[in-house]
Amino acid sequence: MQQIQSEDIVKIVHSATESVFTTMLHLPLDRQPARNEKGDPAPVEGVIALVGIAGNWTGTGQIYCSAEFARKLAGALLMSEYAAIDGDVLDGVAEVANMIIGNVKTSLEATLGPLGLSVPTVIYGRNYQTRTGSIHKWDVVPFRCGEESMEIRFCLTQTPARTRPARPQPALAQI
Amino acid sequence: MPLDVLIVDDSAAIRKILHRVLVQAELPLGKVLEANDGQEALNTLGANPIGLILSDINMPNMDGIEMLSKIKGNDAWKDIPIIMITTEGSQEKVMQALQLGASGYVRKPFTPDQIKEKLVGLV
Repeated sequence: MQQIQSEDIVKIVHSATESVFTTMLHLPLDRQPARNEKGDPAPVEGVIALVGIAGNWTGTGQIYCSAEFARKLAGALLMSEYAAIDGDVLDGVAEVANMIIGNVKTSLEATLGPLGLSVPTVIYGRNYQTRTGSIHKWDVVPFRCGEESMEIRFCLTQTPARTRPARPQPALAQI
Repeated sequence: MPLDVLIVDDSAAIRKILHRVLVQAELPLGKVLEANDGQEALNTLGANPIGLILSDINMPNMDGIEMLSKIKGNDAWKDIPIIMITTEGSQEKVMQALQLGASGYVRKPFTPDQIKEKLVGLV
């Protein structure tokens, strides 16, 4: 049976995130100790971008950061300055999530077989909580960027054989 | 004569970035038009003399592979160079695009120089 360990996921997330930050954002990035979390994430404030994964394995990749760091990310990507969270900032964070989780997915496919990605969904608000189906174990990969911090959260579980598509659904492959 | 360019991507952020890279590339380019998916791209092609296309592969409504197939199957459009720009890691899809007649591809994340390198030989 194909398997993937937490430490492998963490390595892949480090590599994908650093590649995007080096190539397209030109922002410094420092790795922080990764951890496992069980249960639903605590209520948060800020911006979360979620990208779903489907295929023989099912899961979600998330980027979570403060509103200030979201403005910085979008500003670096689009070479603009943003005084507030607007559509451009949310588009920018969505694209950063798409590239990071998309590259993680590409690396995982070498071990887990073909996977599909959903379009990114971005949420901005205060005191909100996310819940991902029946998945309750997360690999949390934090980074620091100057005074700001960001977390990439990843959960993945093997899809039960009776619900597993023969190939990733085309509608789930909006990269 | 300057070439008009069409950028096809469902991400507004990527369209903005590519637009900026094209403007800064100092190549003999004319208008830069944008489309959100393959169907919008075909509609734009029907109304504008496009000389070069930069396109994502995975998009809603009509993806880049189907769009590429329709363009290469149309006598009026088949010679337009098309560069695929995608997060798609599947070598199968990239090979499919090249076999259908794409002039090249660039993987996201990309640097402006990677895009410029691909364009220099085509413009």
